[in-house]
Amino acid sequence: MSVDLAAVRRIARLARIAVSEAEAPHLQGEINAILAFVEALGAVDVEGVEPMTSVIPMKLPLRADVVTDGQIERLVLANAPLVEDDFFLVPKVID
Amino acid sequence: MTHANELTLAEARAALKSRSLSSVELTKAHLAAIERARGLNAYIAETPERALAMAGESDARLARGEGGPLEGLPVGVKDLYATKGVHTQACSHILDGFKPQYESTVTANLWRDGAVMLGKLNMDEFAMGSSNETSYYGPVASPWLPPNWSEEQARAALAGDKRGLLTPGGSSGGSASAVAARLCLAATASDTGGSIRQPAAFTGTTGIKPTYGRCSRYGMVAFASSLDQAGPIARTTRDAAIMLRSMAGYDARDSTCYDAPVPDYEAAVGRSIKGLTIGVPREYRLDGMNPEIEKLWGRGVAWMRDAGARIVDISLPNTRHALPAYYIVAPAEASSNLARYDGVRYGLREPGADITALYENTRAAGFGAEVRRRVMIGTYVLSAGYYDAYYVRAQKIRTLIKRDFETAFADGVDAILTPATPSAAFGIGEKGAADPVEMYLNDIFTVTVNMAGLPGLVAPAGLSAEGLPLGLQVIGRPFDEETLFALGEVIEQSAGPMKLPEIWW
Repeated sequence: MSVDLAAVRRIARLARIAVSEAEAPHLQGEINAILAFVEALGAVDVEGVEPMTSVIPMKLPLRADVVTDGQIERLVLANAPLVEDDFFLVPKVID
Repeated sequence: MTHANELTLAEARAALKSRSLSSVELTKAHLAAIERARGLNAYIAETPERALAMAGESDARLARGEGGPLEGLPVGVKDLYATKGVHTQACSHILDGFKPQYESTVTANLWRDGAVMLGKLNMDEFAMGSSNETSYYGPVASPWLPPNWSEEQARAALAGDKRGLLTPGGSSGGSASAVAARLCLAATASDTGGSIRQPAAFTGTTGIKPTYGRCSRYGMVAFASSLDQAGPIARTTRDAAIMLRSMAGYDARDSTCYDAPVPDYEAAVGRSIKGLTIGVPREYRLDGMNPEIEKLWGRGVAWMRDAGARIVDISLPNTRHALPAYYIVAPAEASSNLARYDGVRYGLREPGADITALYENTRAAGFGAEVRRRVMIGTYVLSAGYYDAYYVRAQKIRTLIKRDFETAFADGVDAILTPATPSAAFGIGEKGAADPVEMYLNDIFTVTVNMAGLPGLVAPAGLSAEGLPLGLQVIGRPFDEETLFALGEVIEQSAGPMKLPEIWW
């Protein structure tokens, strides 16, 4: 399988990465090189094989359903590029 | 007297314990070496004040006859580990200015045991690379001189764009270069497809990727969560064993962390390998294989046989599918993990007219070319209509790869011996510019181990005809790192001491 330019733009939108018109053909070539590299996997017989979910057989541990932290707004916001009071600032989302 | 930073970690530990050397003296020797080696670009953030403060506290504890297993020993930390209040960016522009408000479990374990932090080490951006060239902070140079280069020539390249100098490999290139150049006694590293073992092989150092779950991933910047694992790079097998014992252990904050006691790995160094069965997988003998690598592998087989091990040929039939399957699974997980970098909560922010433009502009400016590529591949293989054909199929192939190893172990194989890399170190600017897959092929011998979650250790095994280090890899049963340390010591002792390059930088 290979991707065309429209697909490259669609993937970029899904990945939320701005791609300029000039960059798109170059990215298309690279993505297709990688897709060609993985192409051979299509011929492997995987009939009846379970997909891997956990590489080490272990039960997912569950912790008690209790509050374990909180009241750390200052720490949560410490690295934010733009804040006001206890909030992250973003461009207007709802008109 | 040799400079204190030339000691192995075990030697330095003994010197501190006998009080013939203080941690402050040892730390100062390292800080001076780091300052002189800035051209190598191994450290991207130095923490000398913190190092000296920690060393002073260690000396006080040692004077009282106290102290942990790593008391007073200076180490370097890969930039992927969250270190509270200290630069942590996984060498990406998108984490600009990020200073974590918490400490990763692995580094917290090191400080609990008395280690001293020298600074943060360069790496490929988000650990995506095999040459440390994708770092936002620029490439790292290996302390090994390129064949036939003069010191003057190398110094001139170091002051310029570094092209032609050797890469230390990647993604843990800063860790490997710093350990080989004696800029720390040992370093933390991490391995998703070979990022500990390939740099160790390229620099004549020892590295181990332990079993998946042996170390906590809490506070490690995530690349591919089902493959990522912490481990050390050090100058000897013994030093790597000492480091891993402190780094490993159960942590409730990582739900994939394995709850079992950590063995005394150092006790396995020097243990006899007599009677062990070592498998040699025929599928690792590639068409057009570098004859030097093949010869080295044969030498490794002979060393193990001489030490009393039984050698058997084995088959791991799905080996050739591992690298392509990895380049579906790893980018898929990366695209999901890296979704968090949105310009809102931390790091870089590039303004946009609306929220989508803010995301898109931030991620376009913040991610380097290799990361963008992998996030897009991952997005594609997870997207509607392609998920089953790519992602689910790759996860099924992963089951087959793991089954190959399980069959070999069930047949009585204790460990598997393979080459570490397809060649010795290559030059900065030499590979991957036209075709990303060219760089990916570096992980051909290491990536199967991550896909199956197994432990793998690389030890220096000698020099190429051109005088560059080469490594051999041993792969073990799940959680049997001890056998790997015993085998690593056999390789190290049989090959003779690795003579690391004299200072030219």
